[in-house]
Amino acid sequence: MVKILSAVLAILAGVGGMLAFYWMFNVLVERLPQRWERRIKPYLFIGPAIALVALFLVFPAFQTILYSFTNSDNTAYIGLDNYTTVLQDAGFQDALFNNALWIIFVPTLSVAMGLLIAVLADRLKPRGEKISKSLIFMPMAISFVGASTIWGFVYDSRFGQGQDQIGLLSAITTKLGFEPQRWLALAGYSVNDFLLLIIMIWLQVGFAMVLLSAAVKNVPEETLEAARIDGASEIKIFSRVIVPQIWPTVIVVFTTILILVMKVFDIVYVMTNGANGTEVIANRFYSLLFTDGENGQAAAVVVVLMVAVIPVMVYQVRQFRAQEAGR
Amino acid sequence: MSGATATSARTDRSARAMASETATGPGRRGTGMMIVRMVVLLVCLLWLVPTVGLLISSFRDKEAVSDSGWWSVFSSPLDFSQWTVQNYDDVINGEGMGEAFLNSIVVAVPATVIPIMIAAFAAYAFTFMRFRGRDTMFILVVALLVVPLQIAFVPLLQLFSSFDLVGTFPAVWLAHAGFGMPLAIYILRNYMASLPKSIIESAEVDGASHFRTFWSLIVPMSVPALAAFAIFQFLWVWNDLLVALIFLQNDTPVVTSKLKLLIGDLGQEWHLLTAGAFISMTIPLIVFFSLQRYFVRGLTAGSVKG
Repeated sequence: MVKILSAVLAILAGVGGMLAFYWMFNVLVERLPQRWERRIKPYLFIGPAIALVALFLVFPAFQTILYSFTNSDNTAYIGLDNYTTVLQDAGFQDALFNNALWIIFVPTLSVAMGLLIAVLADRLKPRGEKISKSLIFMPMAISFVGASTIWGFVYDSRFGQGQDQIGLLSAITTKLGFEPQRWLALAGYSVNDFLLLIIMIWLQVGFAMVLLSAAVKNVPEETLEAARIDGASEIKIFSRVIVPQIWPTVIVVFTTILILVMKVFDIVYVMTNGANGTEVIANRFYSLLFTDGENGQAAAVVVVLMVAVIPVMVYQVRQFRAQEAGR
Repeated sequence: MSGATATSARTDRSARAMASETATGPGRRGTGMMIVRMVVLLVCLLWLVPTVGLLISSFRDKEAVSDSGWWSVFSSPLDFSQWTVQNYDDVINGEGMGEAFLNSIVVAVPATVIPIMIAAFAAYAFTFMRFRGRDTMFILVVALLVVPLQIAFVPLLQLFSSFDLVGTFPAVWLAHAGFGMPLAIYILRNYMASLPKSIIESAEVDGASHFRTFWSLIVPMSVPALAAFAIFQFLWVWNDLLVALIFLQNDTPVVTSKLKLLIGDLGQEWHLLTAGAFISMTIPLIVFFSLQRYFVRGLTAGSVKG
């Protein structure tokens, strides 16, 4: 009861308080000479938003960069030691390799499957299209932890004599005559990594499909008709007419999933916590910080992640500029 | 931007469906169409089966879940004695999922509502006002969309602990408000920039102040974008694990961190884990299926959330 009350109070204070703030300062600013009013008012409008962003993102980010050059409890500067330690750490190297796997496979496969379904479902009757798309899009609403539980159950294995398999994967493989496996411990050929990244693909295909489907439907019918009249096959129409026209959307979807995957944490943390060679950068950060108490090294890890994100960030800003120029 | 294309595509859909009835190219009927149907059906099944397994198992009793695969219910689905809601009772009351559910609501609602107005004011200024540093600041907002949140955690924890806020609700509300701000500003500004400039200009000619124009014109016109952001932020906060782990910690579990704890504690007790997981998914699924249209718009408009 107290909790709900405090939530209601927080909403009232957050919304009412902010409203009072804007209104009061607006009244004050309007009393100023008009020249000053015009100058100050914009900063009144963006002030609180910028303050929040500065206080909760920008400022801490710079502090973290500083921390990456300090010891485990941030009390003394130790130069580049954290970076050399982290880069030589086997767990971190593992994480870099696995993140590369995630980055290569998840965005590519999600986009490919999303596009396939978008194009195929487009040919169904409207009802069938709507239902099938809703089903494939649904995992979008499920949390990473929820999805990990769903798939953890799929990957469950039993090893007792005469016990039935209750996990779908083991049930199928034992039916086919194989021995039951501890799936998430299978490090050879990174099998366990792929089992984990299937979960992410399952979650992201719907997102890719929705955006790509909208793009496919926006391809002008005339261009398709023209190609058909020229006698082009359906596959040729797809690869020569549709794909080039939806390419910008493909890139948007790809980069969005790419950024998501670079920071992947929940699935690995919940399923394996990095055991058996499944470590990823964000999980390494978490364990360095909370299990090992190595603040300095954790900061170095997150700075490495940040540096990896910068090219994508530069690309996003460029895209935004180009889009604004065309507005 | 892309939100608008999604809507126009929707109106285009029925026209396209009719066109495909009449102007059939090769492969639109017969075997080609059969293959298309089969592939889509197969993918749908593949996508649905894991979730169905979870849902079915959550209603079977402990022995049944651990002794036989969930698919065995299909041999006698109408045998009602095999169904039970005991797991839900156990996990809600016995394992504390009920309390976590309440905590999630207490976290998610303010964390969704509070940033909206702050972002709306900022988006208005970025769209309709001229001031020094405007473009630079907005580029900063765009850049911040992709920053890994982890980079802010340690200094923020120190800041919160100096105010004794770590592990309290205000800490997560503030953190989510701050982390959600770049996306909120980005979505709202892009939407406002697509509104006709003439309306704002005529309001200015009529002598309406910015404050008035904002309240009586821009906010009502921006409702679709406000709704899109609200749904997006709500789902994001509800499904978030990392921010909850760091700033709320395990003394005040939300559904995600509780589910993670149960997985650690209960390991193989799938009858409870499946029920717990399903409880954590109810609200997002309801929001998702009832507001799918707006959700899609939010996704397309702000598909670069950090």
